[in-house]
Amino acid sequence: MAIDIQMPALSPTMEEGTLAKWMVKEGDTVRSGDILAEIETDKATMEVEAVDEGTIGKLLVADGAEGVKVGTVIAQLLEDGESADDLASPATSEPADRGQIKADDQGDDKPGSAGPAHPENNADDGTVEKAPAGKAVANDPDIPTNIKMISTTVRDSLRDAMAEEMRRDPTVFVMGEEVAEYQGAYKVTRELLQEFGAKRVIDTPITEHGFAGIGVGAAFGGLKPIVEFMTWNFAMQAIDHIINSAAKTLYMSGGQMRCPIVFRGPNGAASRVGAQHSQDYSSWYAHVPGLKVVAPYDAADAKGLLKAAIRDPNPVVFLEHELMYGESFDVPDMDDFIIPIGKAKVRREGKDVTITAQSRMVKFALEAAEILAEEGIDAEVIDMRTLRPLDTDTVIKSVKKTNRIVCAEEGWGQHGIGAEIAARVVAEAFDYLDAPPMRVHQKDVPLPYAANLEALSLPGTEDVVKAARAVCYK
Amino acid sequence: MATKTPKKSTKKSSAAPKKAASRTTDKDELLGYYRDMLLIRRFEERAGQLYGMGQIAGFCHLYIGQEAVVTGCKAAMKDGDQMITGYRDHGHMLALDMDPKGVMAELTGRATGYSKGKGGSMHMFSTEKKFYGGHGIVGAQVPIGAGLAFANQYLENKAVSLAFFGDGASNQGQVYEAFNMAKLWNLPVIFVIENNQYAMGTSVQRASAETELFKRGISFEIEGKLVDGMDVLAVRDAAAEAIEHARSGKGPMILEMKTYRYRGHSMSDPAKYRSRDEVTKARDETDPIDAVKKRILTEKWASEDDLKEIDKAIKATVKDSADFAIESPEPDPSELWTDVLIEVD
Repeated sequence: MAIDIQMPALSPTMEEGTLAKWMVKEGDTVRSGDILAEIETDKATMEVEAVDEGTIGKLLVADGAEGVKVGTVIAQLLEDGESADDLASPATSEPADRGQIKADDQGDDKPGSAGPAHPENNADDGTVEKAPAGKAVANDPDIPTNIKMISTTVRDSLRDAMAEEMRRDPTVFVMGEEVAEYQGAYKVTRELLQEFGAKRVIDTPITEHGFAGIGVGAAFGGLKPIVEFMTWNFAMQAIDHIINSAAKTLYMSGGQMRCPIVFRGPNGAASRVGAQHSQDYSSWYAHVPGLKVVAPYDAADAKGLLKAAIRDPNPVVFLEHELMYGESFDVPDMDDFIIPIGKAKVRREGKDVTITAQSRMVKFALEAAEILAEEGIDAEVIDMRTLRPLDTDTVIKSVKKTNRIVCAEEGWGQHGIGAEIAARVVAEAFDYLDAPPMRVHQKDVPLPYAANLEALSLPGTEDVVKAARAVCYK
Repeated sequence: MATKTPKKSTKKSSAAPKKAASRTTDKDELLGYYRDMLLIRRFEERAGQLYGMGQIAGFCHLYIGQEAVVTGCKAAMKDGDQMITGYRDHGHMLALDMDPKGVMAELTGRATGYSKGKGGSMHMFSTEKKFYGGHGIVGAQVPIGAGLAFANQYLENKAVSLAFFGDGASNQGQVYEAFNMAKLWNLPVIFVIENNQYAMGTSVQRASAETELFKRGISFEIEGKLVDGMDVLAVRDAAAEAIEHARSGKGPMILEMKTYRYRGHSMSDPAKYRSRDEVTKARDETDPIDAVKKRILTEKWASEDDLKEIDKAIKATVKDSADFAIESPEPDPSELWTDVLIEVD
C-alpha cells in the first residue's frame, strides 16, 4: 500500500505553506531521515524529512506551489514491490503526521500540530482569510482619507515600525531571544540585523529576568530599548523589573529618572501550546500605574501604536497576538504614521449594544456584530487598543447611545479588563443602562491542551453573540 | 561522608591583600577620606537617632562600619562613572557629593528630599551626580547596573558603572544572568560585593555554598578579587585597577569587599544573630575610620586637635541637614499625582 506524504504543519499556527523545492525526484529511493523537500511558511524555511522507507512514486505538488494546505498529500511513497501504476488517488485532509521537522530553521520552538484555535469560529475550516476590518474606519482621525493603503501582515507592520524608529533615532535598539541571527522566533524582527547590525539588534541568552533588568538600566542610561519577550508568558520571569524597576522609578525619584523602554511580544493563547504558554496578561500590566499598556488588533494600529510606544518617554508594555501575526490588513502608506496611545477606536458603529474588545477579540467582536446585524441587533464595536490609560470617554459616549454593553477579552474574567470597563460604565453611566453589563472571557481554568477543551475554554464569536443577545433581552 | 577538598583559587580570582600601611597616599588624600567617611558615619548615627524619634519611618538601613568601601570606590571613579546600589544607600549618595540635606530630607519624607519625599530611604537618585539608586528589591540593581554599562558601551562614552550589592544579593539568580551577559558582551561594569557577612540575620556561612564570593564569577570568566573592605586605600587600589580594566574594554570585574556593619540590618533589627563581642571586636580592631586616623597621626599630617576640628565641622553639617529635614514641609498633596508618567503632548 503506497504511503501518502502530507504537507506537514511546521508550527502550532501554520495552516498553509509554499512547497519551495523538492529535494527528491520520482523514482528516488529514500530512507528514514532523508530530506524530501523544503517548505516555506510565513516565518521560516524548513526541511521535511522522510519517516518511511521506499521509492518516491509520484510528486503531486510542483516546486514553488504556494498556499498548500496542511494535510494535503504532496507525494506518494511506494513500498517494496509496488509500482507507480498501483497508485490510487490520494486521500485528502488527513491530519499531518508523516512529515517531520528537521530542526534546521524552525519557525519557533514549539512543535505541535496546526489547526485553528477556535474551530467553531472558522466557518471555512481553517483557511486564512482576510480578517474583518469593520465598516467604520472613516471615523478614525488617525488616518487621512486620501492616503494609499498597502495590505500588510501584522508581523511586517511591527517590523516596519521598529525599522522606521531605528532609522530615525540611533538610541533605539532591540534585544531579546533570537531577535538577531535567527530573525525573530516569530520573525517579527526579520532583517533588522541585516540593516542595523549586531550593535542594535542583540541576541540575549534565555534569561528574561536579567535582560529585562539590563534593558531598564540601558533606558536609565539614555537609550531607548525595545525588549522582545519570545512570549509574554516568559516575561513572568522578568515582571519584577517591568513593575518595580521600570514602572515605579519615575515616581520614586520625584520625576528625575526616565525609563523610555518598550517591552513587547506575543500575548495570549496561541494554538494548542498548553497552559504555561497561553495566557493573556492584559489585566496584569494594566493594573500598574507608571506603565502604558497597548494591545492592538490590526496591522495599522500595530504599526502606529508601536511607533508611538518607542517614542514614548515612559515604559510601555506592548501586547501582540501570535495568531494575528500572519493576518493582513490595510496599512496607510505614510512616511510617519503614528497612532496616539490612549485612544480607543470605534470599529463599527451601531445603536443597540456596545461591544468592547482588544487584540484578537476584536475580530470575534466584529464577526459577532455581523451575525447580530442579521438578527436585527445593531452592535457598536469599540477596539480599546490601549488598556492603560483606558479610554473611558469613548466607551461611556457609546453606552449613552446604546444603553447596553458587552466587554469581551481573551483572558480570565476575574479582575479582568472587562470587569474594569463594566465598573466604570456602572459608575459613570448607570442611569443610561438598560441591562447589567456582561462580560465575555476565558473560562476560569488554566488553558487545556486537548483541541476540544481548548476551544471550550477560549471565548469566541458565538460567546459575544450570546452575550449581546442577553443584554438586548433577545 | 568524604572530606571536602579545599578549593584552590584559580588565576582568574585571587585573594592577596596588601598591607594597608604600605599603600601610597598623601596628607590631602587621606584627610579627604577621613572627612568623607566621618560624614557618612555621623550622618548615619543621626539618621538612627531621627528614626528613634519617629522622624524617619519605614525601613532604614545604616551603613555604619562599611564607610571605606564606598569612599575607596569613589576615589577611583572618574567623571561620568556611575554608581548604583541596593537599599543600604545613604553612604553612596554622600560619597558622590549629593547634598546631605537633600538625603536627610528624603529620609524624613519631605518635599525638599531628593525624590520630593516620594522615595524614602531606599529610593533616591541623582542623575546629576550619576547615582542611579537606591533599589529596594534585593539584587535588582545588578542587571540594571549592567544595563547602565550597556548604555555606556553603546554610546561609547568611556564611562564605567559600579553596581554594589551585598552578600545576600550575591545568591540571587538575576545576578548570574547579569554576570553572564556582562562578560559575554564585555560591558564596562564593576560588581562590588559588599560582604558585610550577614544577609539580614543569616550569616554568609549559613546562606552560601561558596562563601568566597569573589569566586562567583569564575564560571563566567569574570576575574574576582578579595579586598579588605575596612581599608580605604586597599579599596581605592582594587577599584582603580578594576575600573581601568573595564574602561579599557576588557569587561567586568568582581570585587568582594570584606566588611562589617555595626548596626542591625535595618533599624528594626535587634541583631540577636551575632554576639555583642563580635561587633565590639570588629569596631575595636578593624574600624576603617580609626585606621585612617591612626595613619594620619603617625605620619603627623594632622594633630588630634586638627581632627577634632574636622569632626566638629562634620557634626555641624549633619546637624544642619537634620534641622533642614525636620523643618522642611511635607510634599504638597498635589504631589500625590505627579511623576506617575511623563506627559506626552
